[in-house]
Amino acid sequence: MNDTPTYLPESGSWLCAACNQPLVAAPVGVTYLQGGFTITLLTCPACGLSLVPEFLAVGKMFEVEQLLEDK
Amino acid sequence: MDQQGLHDIEYRCIQEEQPACQAACPLHVDVRKVMTLVRVGDLAGARKLLDRTLPLPTVLGRVCDHLCQGPCVRGSIDTSLAMGAVERTIINATGAATKPLAMPGKGKRAAVMGGDVSALTVAWDLGKKGYGVDVYVAGEAVGGHLLGLSELLPAGALAAELEIMGRLNVVFRAGQTLNAALLDRLGGEYDAVYVEMLDANFLSVGREAVDAVTLALLGRDGVFCGGFVTPGQPLSVIALAGEGRKAAVSMDRHMAGVSITASREREGACPTRLFTNTQGVIPLPGVVPADPGAGLTPAEAQAEAARCLECQCLECVKSCTYLAKYKGYPKVYARQIYNNLSIVQGARSYNQMINSCTLCGQCEELCPSGFSMPDLIVAARRDMVSRGKMPLWAHEFVLEDMAFSQSAAFRLVRAAPGEASCSHLFFPGCQLGGDPAASVPAVYAHLRAGLAGGVGLGLACCGAPAWWAGRQELAEAAMAAFRADWEALGQPRVIAACASCQATFARLAPEIPVVSLWRVLLDETGLPQVGVSLPSGPVAGVRLPAGPVAVHDACTGRHDVAGLAAVREILGRIGVAVEELPASGRLASCCGFGGLQANANPELAAATLARRVAESPRDFVATCSMCRDRLAGAGKRTYHLLDLLFPGGSDDPAERPDPGFSYRHEARARLKRQMLETVWHEPQPPETPPALPLVIPDVVRQVMEARHILDTDVARTVARAEATGRKFTDTATGRHLAGFATARVTYWALYELIDGAAHIHAAYSHRMNVSGVDRQEG
Repeated sequence: MNDTPTYLPESGSWLCAACNQPLVAAPVGVTYLQGGFTITLLTCPACGLSLVPEFLAVGKMFEVEQLLEDK
Repeated sequence: MDQQGLHDIEYRCIQEEQPACQAACPLHVDVRKVMTLVRVGDLAGARKLLDRTLPLPTVLGRVCDHLCQGPCVRGSIDTSLAMGAVERTIINATGAATKPLAMPGKGKRAAVMGGDVSALTVAWDLGKKGYGVDVYVAGEAVGGHLLGLSELLPAGALAAELEIMGRLNVVFRAGQTLNAALLDRLGGEYDAVYVEMLDANFLSVGREAVDAVTLALLGRDGVFCGGFVTPGQPLSVIALAGEGRKAAVSMDRHMAGVSITASREREGACPTRLFTNTQGVIPLPGVVPADPGAGLTPAEAQAEAARCLECQCLECVKSCTYLAKYKGYPKVYARQIYNNLSIVQGARSYNQMINSCTLCGQCEELCPSGFSMPDLIVAARRDMVSRGKMPLWAHEFVLEDMAFSQSAAFRLVRAAPGEASCSHLFFPGCQLGGDPAASVPAVYAHLRAGLAGGVGLGLACCGAPAWWAGRQELAEAAMAAFRADWEALGQPRVIAACASCQATFARLAPEIPVVSLWRVLLDETGLPQVGVSLPSGPVAGVRLPAGPVAVHDACTGRHDVAGLAAVREILGRIGVAVEELPASGRLASCCGFGGLQANANPELAAATLARRVAESPRDFVATCSMCRDRLAGAGKRTYHLLDLLFPGGSDDPAERPDPGFSYRHEARARLKRQMLETVWHEPQPPETPPALPLVIPDVVRQVMEARHILDTDVARTVARAEATGRKFTDTATGRHLAGFATARVTYWALYELIDGAAHIHAAYSHRMNVSGVDRQEG
C-alpha cells in the first residue's frame, strides 16, 4: 500500500475513543523546520486522529529534531 | 568573531607552546617526544625523530652541546634531565647514518663558502630540498670544529655523513681560497650563496651587516651570512647549526621567489610561555652511568628519560569535566567553534559542545594566561542566536521556566506594606523562591525586623538564564523591567540570596547596589537565635550537622570575596566546623547547572556533579538553592545555609530531595500568594482544584523530569482529552493515550482513570508537527 517508515505501538488494541473505531495504519505528514516526511502511524479511519508511540517520540523523532535544529 | 579575533583568542591558550627544552634548542628538536619514546624503550623511534630534525644526525646527535638542558623544569626540583647524554645513547645504539628522504631536483644551485657546522647545515638542508649545492672549503678537510671533537665522534662518523651528503647532490670543493673575488664569481654563477664567517671573515663585516631575521647580507641580493664568532662567547655547535638552518630557510625561499621574511618569529632559540605545574612532582636523582666513559647504556637512558615531566599545561582541562570531555584544550576548541560558526550549509557538529559549557569561569582562574572559555562560549552562543542558528533543544525549556518566573504567577516587586519606597530590597531569586521548603518568609521577616529604612521584596528572575543562553536582549529586557521597579521604589540596595543573581546585577546593571544576604545577616541584622552553642541535637526544629561540613560555593560567586568569607564566618558562629573542598572559593567547581549545561547536556552535567560530590565525604553546605537541589538529587547530603539559620520544620533538611521542576513552579506561585496574604494582607482567590487530579508515581515523575515535562503539561493534555473525548483507548488494559500540541511541543500522556483521578503511566513529548494530532488554537 505504502512504503513509508511504519511506527506502530508495541502493544495494545487501540480504539479511537471519540469515534469508537479500531485504528488502521495510514500515511501521516510530519514537518519540522525545513524538513517534511511521510510516515505510517495508527490512525482513526473516521476522524484522522493519529497515535505517536512513545518509542518513536523519544527515539527517531528526537534524533531527527536535533539533526534538523543543528543544520 | 573574525580571523584576527580568533587568533587573539587562540594566542591566550599556551598548551601548544613549546616545552622549555625544545624552545631553547636552536633547531627545536622535540625533546619531550624523544624522551617519551626513550622511556618506553623505543630508541629506533627516537632516532627517526632526531633524523627528521638534525642535519648530519649521527654527528650532531653526538657532539650537541645540549642548550636544552639548562631551562629543564626538572632543574628547579632536582636536576635537569641529561638530554645530551640520552641523545648520544640513541645515536650510539641505533646504527650508522642513513640517507634522508630528499625532494626531487629543483634545477637551482646554491654555493656555500666554508666547511664548518653552519656551512654543512646549509648544504644538508638545501640538498634535502632538491637543490644542487657546491661547498667551497679553504683547507683540505671538511668539518671545521667537528674535526677537533674526536673524543666524542667515532672514527668515520663524519665521513659517513659527508658521503651521504654527496648522494644529496652536495659537492665538496676543497683547497679553495675564500675571498671577495670568489664571492663575486659565485654570486654570478649560483642562485644563492652562503658565506660562513666563522674562521675566515674575508668580508670583514659583523652581525650588523646582515638582517637579523633572514641573515641576508644587506645590499647584496642572494648572499647570506652566518656563523659569526662572538668574542668571549663559548662556541656552540648546535647554535652554529641553528644559524645554518636559518640561512638555508632564507636561501630556499629566495630561490623559490617567495617572501623570505614572513612567519619567521619562532626560528632559533626562543622564549616559551608554556606553564608546567610541578606541584606534587617527586624529586628523583639523575641517573649516573655505571661506566662514565661509555655514557648511559640504553637501560640507563630509559631510566633517565622516565624522569621527564613531559611538560604541558592543561591546567583548566585537568579540573573541568567539560573541557576534558571533548579531548582537546581551549586553543583547539576556539578553532572548532570558529569553524562551526562559519558553516553555511550542513550539520553544525559542535553545537552541543558550545552549549555544554557551564560558563563557570574556573578555567580563567586556573589559566596562567587567563584564557576564558565563558567569553568564547557566550560570544559563540550570541552569534548563533543572532543568526537564528541556536537549536531549540539547547535552552528552550529553561527559557520557558524563566518566562514563568517573569509572569504574574511569581513576579512581585514592592515595598513593605503601607510604604511606597524602601532602602533595601530582598531578592531571593527564582530558585530559592521555588524551594518548597524555602525560608523566604522567615528571612524577609528577619530582614524587616533588623534593618532600618524599609525592606521591600523582589520576586522575579534576574535574567541569568537568558544571558547564559546567549539571549542578550531577553536578559537585558528582564533587567530593564526590574530596573523600572527598582527606580520606582527609590533605588533601594538589593540584598541577593543567590550568587548568580548578584553576578547578573553586576553584569547587566552595575548601577544597582547589591550585597549578598550572608553579609547582611552577619554585619547588619545579626543571625537568628537558632542552634547557637548547641552544635548537635534537635534545636528549634533543625539538627545541626554533627561533624564538619564542606562548603560548596556557588561558581557564580567566586569573586565575591566578602560573601565567601561571610558564609564561613556564619558557620563558625553557629558552631559548624568547615573542611574546605579542594576547589572552593575563587576556584569553586560548578554543580552542572551553570551555563545551562544541565539543559543542553544532562549526561555531562551529571558527570560534572558526580566529580564535585566525590571531592569530600562530608555533608555539603550550599548557598545556592539550585546547587543544593542538584547535589541532593545526586544523593549527596546537602544543606542550604538557610536551613541551618531559618529551620523550615524538616528534621533533617540535608536529606530532602530535589523538588524537581514542577514542584518548583508550584512553590513559586504559592510563595507569592503566601506573601501577599500574610505580609500585605491581601486575600487571594482560592486555588481552583484541578478538574481531574493527577496521580504520578515517582518512577514516572523521574522520567518526566529528565524529559522536561511538567505536571501542568500532562494535566492540560489529559483535561483536554477528557473534555473532548479525543483520545485512544487500549481495549486490553483500559488505559487511555492522548496527545495535544501546544505552540512548540506536543505532549502525550498514557493514563488510567481510577476513582476520579488520572493515574499517569507514561508521559512523552516531541517537537515535530504530526498532521493527525490535535493542536491548541492560536
